[in-house]
Amino acid sequence: MSRTSFSAAAILVFRRDLLLAQRHWGQVAQPLVFFLMVTTLFPLALSPELAELRRIGPGILWVAALLASLLGLELLFRSDHVDGTLEQMLLAGQPLSLLALAKGVAHWTTCGLPLVLLSPFVATGLGVPFGAMATVMLSLALGTGILSALGAIGSALTLGLRRGSLLLGLLVLPLAMPALIFGARAVDLAIHGDSPRGPLLLLTAMLVLAVTLAPPAIAAALRISAE
Amino acid sequence: MQAAHFSRISAKGIEVWRGDRRVLAGVSLEAAAGECVHILGPNGSGKTTLLRVVAGLLSPEAGRIECNGQDTRSDRDAWCGSFAYLAHSDGLKPELSARENLAFETGLRRVVRGGEVETALADLGIAHALDRPAATLSAGQRRRVAFARVMLADAPLWLLDEPYTNLDRDGSVLVSAIIGRHLDRGGAALIAAHQPPAIPGHRTRSLELAA
Repeated sequence: MSRTSFSAAAILVFRRDLLLAQRHWGQVAQPLVFFLMVTTLFPLALSPELAELRRIGPGILWVAALLASLLGLELLFRSDHVDGTLEQMLLAGQPLSLLALAKGVAHWTTCGLPLVLLSPFVATGLGVPFGAMATVMLSLALGTGILSALGAIGSALTLGLRRGSLLLGLLVLPLAMPALIFGARAVDLAIHGDSPRGPLLLLTAMLVLAVTLAPPAIAAALRISAE
Repeated sequence: MQAAHFSRISAKGIEVWRGDRRVLAGVSLEAAAGECVHILGPNGSGKTTLLRVVAGLLSPEAGRIECNGQDTRSDRDAWCGSFAYLAHSDGLKPELSARENLAFETGLRRVVRGGEVETALADLGIAHALDRPAATLSAGQRRRVAFARVMLADAPLWLLDEPYTNLDRDGSVLVSAIIGRHLDRGGAALIAAHQPPAIPGHRTRSLELAA
């Protein structure tokens, strides 16, 4: 009998979560529909004028993406907690922070990545010029990654609470503010033809920080919640 | 089989508080290889709590747990590798089939060889449930799948919390026989149950917890 290697265990968790998402595609679609709805409502309520849309577009895009990815976060560990599979994962004898990282990456793949892929269509509706699309996608890819990492900590901390979703928002959104500021700024710069390099680099640094520091924090939070 | 490295598990003076209520007050237990301890007591006496403390899911206020004379908290991952825990909840994903559930949960611990999952389920008399989603299985069938996970873990110590819940008579006999074989191979088991487990060829020691 040979023990499962760390990387094989992480890949197992990642693949299982993708399989579960595939069997629950409605849950995957929910944040996307929310993202589409919110970004459609703003032009209807404010003004469909192109100059106005371009002014507010980056903000709308980013706030909507942030709230949409928050929607899927609550379920990140909750269903595993309820059916007891989380407990078995805690006892698997594998580094919990690594398994938590795998779950975070799977969450980003099923929640963040589809938002990124959908963003050019939404951005077109908000009058974002074609030249700025790469920045929209890149900034959202980094931003949703940051939110997945921060959100996983919040999700793990609020696991044992009955109405944890509100608290989850209160915990995560303030921490996500710097990402929102730099992300929206990057898109704004790109729309006006300036280089978005500065804010994008800052977002990348934030992502590296979040992905490095979040897994041990998630693991500790999961152990506390499991008690 | 890891049982070769296992000789003894002991818990000494375990004390657990929940809020202002003392759930366990200085509980001690010991099980050597080949032994089975039946933990009994009325509802709320702390049977599940004791197993969770042994598993390391819950930190006791006082006391220590030793495996082969070594504190289990000194190397948590190694300790987790040496026991299998059957909890109250079956620990199965309702959307996944019995095969997928077992392949995942066993796969996290060790490399699963082809045919192992099928054999374990056949031993428990539910080979036909292999590819059915866990959500469509009856409570008793799910319990059997959960028990298959314990068998597949290849761990010398089994921590079983109400293993007979929802099982029919045949199922209970099968599970007892499998526990008996595990003890024959030098394994040990701590069983929290209301009914004394009738394990063929083995006498179980009892540990009664007060309410």
